[in-house]
Amino acid sequence: MRRGFTLLALATALLLSFALYEALIAAPTEQTMGDVQRIFYYHVPSAWTAFVLFLINFVSSIVYLIRRNPKADILALVSAEVGVVFCTVVIVTGPIWARPVWGIWWAPGDIRLTTTLVLWLIYISYLILRRMSTGGRTPVIAAVVAIFGALDVPLVYFSIWFFRTQHPSPVIGGGGSLDPRMAHVLLINWAAFLCLAWLLSWVRCELEVATRRVDEAQALESLRESSR
Amino acid sequence: MSFFAITRATLAKDIRLEWRSKDAINAMLFFGLLVVVIFSFAFDPTAEESRRIAGGLIWVAFLFAAVVALNQTWARELRNQVLDAYRVSPAAANPLFLAKALGNFIFVCVLEALMTPLFIAFYKLRALGPAWELAPIALLGTWALVINGTFFAAISLRTRSREIMLPLLLFPISIPALLGMVNATTAVLSGEESAWFWIALLLAYDVVFTTVSLLLFELVLEAE
Repeated sequence: MRRGFTLLALATALLLSFALYEALIAAPTEQTMGDVQRIFYYHVPSAWTAFVLFLINFVSSIVYLIRRNPKADILALVSAEVGVVFCTVVIVTGPIWARPVWGIWWAPGDIRLTTTLVLWLIYISYLILRRMSTGGRTPVIAAVVAIFGALDVPLVYFSIWFFRTQHPSPVIGGGGSLDPRMAHVLLINWAAFLCLAWLLSWVRCELEVATRRVDEAQALESLRESSR
Repeated sequence: MSFFAITRATLAKDIRLEWRSKDAINAMLFFGLLVVVIFSFAFDPTAEESRRIAGGLIWVAFLFAAVVALNQTWARELRNQVLDAYRVSPAAANPLFLAKALGNFIFVCVLEALMTPLFIAFYKLRALGPAWELAPIALLGTWALVINGTFFAAISLRTRSREIMLPLLLFPISIPALLGMVNATTAVLSGEESAWFWIALLLAYDVVFTTVSLLLFELVLEAE
């Protein structure tokens, strides 16, 4: 357990520094956009990582409602929290890139921008609910809200699909032509970000388990005090 | 008792209570009136501009006013532990939920019927497109707000400061529905494009969330 964690931390550190070198120095400079384009190596992998984490949140919420396993609930909480962090990175890096390239910070009505923003809002409200809800019902109602949120995403997507879209089309599987060298750097960065997400989730899981154990112990303690 | 008997009994009780106290509808109406007046100070549009922004104004006003009613949905059942009594009774959870949603639907529809003339007067509105399309838009849009609002009001019962929690949960999830209502209304008012894509979107939203709410409501009611 401990050793596995140390190994993962080392691998993440190595992979992140290698990905940084690849993205900033080794990757070829884009012809029209210049160096600004390099933010793409952080923007896109963060987005993919956030989507993976939100998917994990959705699946573990369903598993929790079926099995009532506390581990699934912890996984749902942790993946939502770490997912919001990565989603924030996406939302912050997007405008930094858009300002020099499009000339505007934000394109309202764009399909990917708005869907990501709504996703971010939904999961923040999910986390607020978890923080504000009282007693032992939190896992059930949080899982229910997570399912509502996940079902909302395709509807958001279709509603904005009707608008004209400004965001560059997906680089993988979207008919876009990406230099193989750039795709290589992108995938290395994604691997590094996934490792980082895994590492963060691991630490957060252990923290959550410890917090719950302390809460239980305190509850037992006060029960014993009162019965004495 | 059958499903419909419970729904009818609960709905009749809620309407009778509301008819006698008029708590929700008075608060909603006054709140809606305030929003209209404040908007009319904030924007002073010409007829052409107001046609473009009215869809947004109307639905934002209705959304805010609806939250006032939605917050009171379950509060009534907490007094004297009515909800706990319901929970231990053999009655199913869904008829209760459906009755509450229908009750809110009726209250918000009454609000809309009373507020719409005010909007027309304040913003000099006249539909350039087919005005009858506003009826399905209003009905589907109101149901979209109310079905999720009733569900999330039940969820926020289980939280601290529940009156704040309801809009925080409801607004993000309602974004596609709001987009649908606002764009459909604007399309009809300006007469420039067809509103049918948005009406279909609202219908899809209503079907999805009505189904999910009915599937999951029991979990929320029994969450102890």
